[in-house]
Amino acid sequence: MPLTIRDLPREKYVLPGNAACPGCPEAMGLRYVGMALGRKAILVIPAGCTSIIQGLHPGSGLSFPIINVAFASSDAVAEGVAAAKELLGEDGVVVVWAGDGATADIGFATLSGAAERNGNIIHICVDNEAYMNTGIQRSSLTPRGAWTTTTWKGKTEPKKNMPLIMISHGVPYVATASVAYPLDFIEKLRKAASLKGFKYIHLHAPCPTGWRFDPSETVEIARLAIETGMWVLLEAERGVITISAPSRPYIDKRRRKSVVEYLKRQGRFREIPEELVKEVEKEVDEYWTMILKLSSQQIQ
Amino acid sequence: MVKLTLTGNYCVAHAVKLSRVKVVSAYPITPQTTIVEKISEMVDSGDADIKMIRVESEHSALSAVYGAATAGARAFTATSSHGLLYMHEMVWWAAQARVPLVMAVVTRTIGPPWNIWTDHHDIMGQRDTGWLIAMAETNQEVLDETIKLFKITEDPRVFLPGIIGLDAFILSHTVEPVEVPEQEVVDSFLPERRQPYTIRFGDPLVMGNIPSDLLVNARMRWEVHKALESSAHVIDEVDREWGKITGRYYGGLVECYRCDDADFLFIGVGAWVGDMRLAVDKLRDVGYRFGALKVRYIRPFPGARILELVKGRKGVVVLDRSISAGSAGPIFLDLAAYLQGKRVTVPIKDVVAGLAGFEVNYEDFVKIGEKFAGEVLEVGWVKDYLEFYPSR
Amino acid sequence: MGSRLLPLSRPKIGVQGATGSWRFRKPEIDQGRCIGCGICWLYCPDSVIDVEDVSGKFRVRIDYTYCKGCGICASVCPVKAIKMVSEV
Repeated sequence: MPLTIRDLPREKYVLPGNAACPGCPEAMGLRYVGMALGRKAILVIPAGCTSIIQGLHPGSGLSFPIINVAFASSDAVAEGVAAAKELLGEDGVVVVWAGDGATADIGFATLSGAAERNGNIIHICVDNEAYMNTGIQRSSLTPRGAWTTTTWKGKTEPKKNMPLIMISHGVPYVATASVAYPLDFIEKLRKAASLKGFKYIHLHAPCPTGWRFDPSETVEIARLAIETGMWVLLEAERGVITISAPSRPYIDKRRRKSVVEYLKRQGRFREIPEELVKEVEKEVDEYWTMILKLSSQQIQ
Repeated sequence: MVKLTLTGNYCVAHAVKLSRVKVVSAYPITPQTTIVEKISEMVDSGDADIKMIRVESEHSALSAVYGAATAGARAFTATSSHGLLYMHEMVWWAAQARVPLVMAVVTRTIGPPWNIWTDHHDIMGQRDTGWLIAMAETNQEVLDETIKLFKITEDPRVFLPGIIGLDAFILSHTVEPVEVPEQEVVDSFLPERRQPYTIRFGDPLVMGNIPSDLLVNARMRWEVHKALESSAHVIDEVDREWGKITGRYYGGLVECYRCDDADFLFIGVGAWVGDMRLAVDKLRDVGYRFGALKVRYIRPFPGARILELVKGRKGVVVLDRSISAGSAGPIFLDLAAYLQGKRVTVPIKDVVAGLAGFEVNYEDFVKIGEKFAGEVLEVGWVKDYLEFYPSR
Repeated sequence: MGSRLLPLSRPKIGVQGATGSWRFRKPEIDQGRCIGCGICWLYCPDSVIDVEDVSGKFRVRIDYTYCKGCGICASVCPVKAIKMVSEV
């Protein structure tokens, strides 16, 4: 039975009057983590936007048990917490809530280690595609052509494919999600929480402040990423990939909106050259082709 | 009580097992490796009930142990040299988060060039962090102090993490006969783990977000310092209790060998204090009344205890097995500052020796002692307050 | 804990204070148009939209003390029952 809005708990885990920017996708994502896991979760939060969103001690704008940790340490800390809780017989789920840097760059080795050891945690990468907290500097998850404060002419390297990398680690569960599809994200969180071992969820999180769009458009932009096929919602259980319902229409490339629709709405792509847009289109096609090959057993 | 011949590293492993540590996470680095290998063996043979997290780096090792400790489990890690440097960020994190846990540091010099032998640069680099730092002279002391550190660090008057240091190869890989206490003895000695707070499912406690009042944060840091100061009492108390149970009281923060009537003192930490004792005997045989002051804890720095023992002496020579480049050796710096702060004057010299594992034995200490005594008797002070040994 | 100072915090509504004059627009709901679907509640990043169940639909209310004026609610409303009204 698919989840509906009515089924969702109303308890507030993201509190009004927190320190997030207006329209912040991280705040949205955290609300969904609360709705999915509620009091069952301990969050391990490395340096990133959410370190700030909590607001100032002695108060916290987030109502979870939280261990704020050093940048590169999150998955190792989380694995330690999970190990202790198992030995102490205390039941719950340990969740890393990490941005680009803590996932794909400074925290990459830590993430890979925990995944390889099948540590019993959920790693959520909240991907706003740059080091937003320190002022919009490029990360390995910044897409090609994007302006950042360290790539004023647009990043030349492509976005590192974290979901595929994590699938290659052979962990029990890998999924991608988007703040535009909260029910899908919540279902994936609940499924991850029901599994033992290492689970990875990559949450696409368009950032108005860093991507340069009006704060009211966060959900629209996130949706366009799906509708253009640039972000694919999928799950991979033990390496077997299934395309999630919101992305299934876009298996058929004729139904995908033009990538220009997505790019032109964001100030960070204002200067992107024509040739690069064509490259982007080609990359979307190639990615879908590869994903579909990998999931060919699931899709008729 | 069982008598075994054990290396210093195996003593650490036995202590960890006896202390009922629940989570161990470490990354191999010579000369620490056999600690974790032994613990793994104990776990796999059913002798110890410990969850091992075989991490991919030292930074992750201390992170995992810190996570387990924050979540309520007694946890332990071990490292050396570059490994310690790699986790240095988390060393600070654990102390400022006030999470009790214990780490063994097998002191090894720092490269380049690659070098696995002992000096104290790695452990001395942790002086500022807020950890308790103990240095052992013998394998027995390694075993005993590791167990004691679980009790000391988990005492509410302390609530800070602690390091047990042991010299690379001299202790870590050398067998000595050691008395291993029974599990029941350690069980009655070590209470259930206590910690200032625990992160739990369902309890929205948040650790570490930005302070609104910087003075509060400043005071937190000062409180770490005060907790270290008050740990001095706990260290001695716990040592005395251990002495009653096992017959081995180590003197608390310091121990002084043949100090009562000494004109001159060696002051040092670690395995080579054993050689200093021998040198003291030799020097006394030729008419120099020396004593050897063993500093058991680098942090909290036992200024008061050392002051009592150096006051009124003709001279004291500090042996530092590391140097704070651009200044002087760390023990000398701590001591000279304390003496100055307390307006106590005594001729004090810093001899930096044994760096990079260069061997220094009792004969060297005899030479150093004779030269020092000669100098002091000649000029009534020291000629050079800082010297490298051996001088050309 | 006694008087020990620890870096520990507890949840607090309005941890960063009430919304200030920096908000330049605010959402106004046309309750007549509202179909009570709850989609605005679902997407509000700051939990400032509250819903209560009234005869099988959601009755929606906005907490203006903490609303940041992002406009996501207006953007996602399927029947355009929310308008962003300028405050400057």
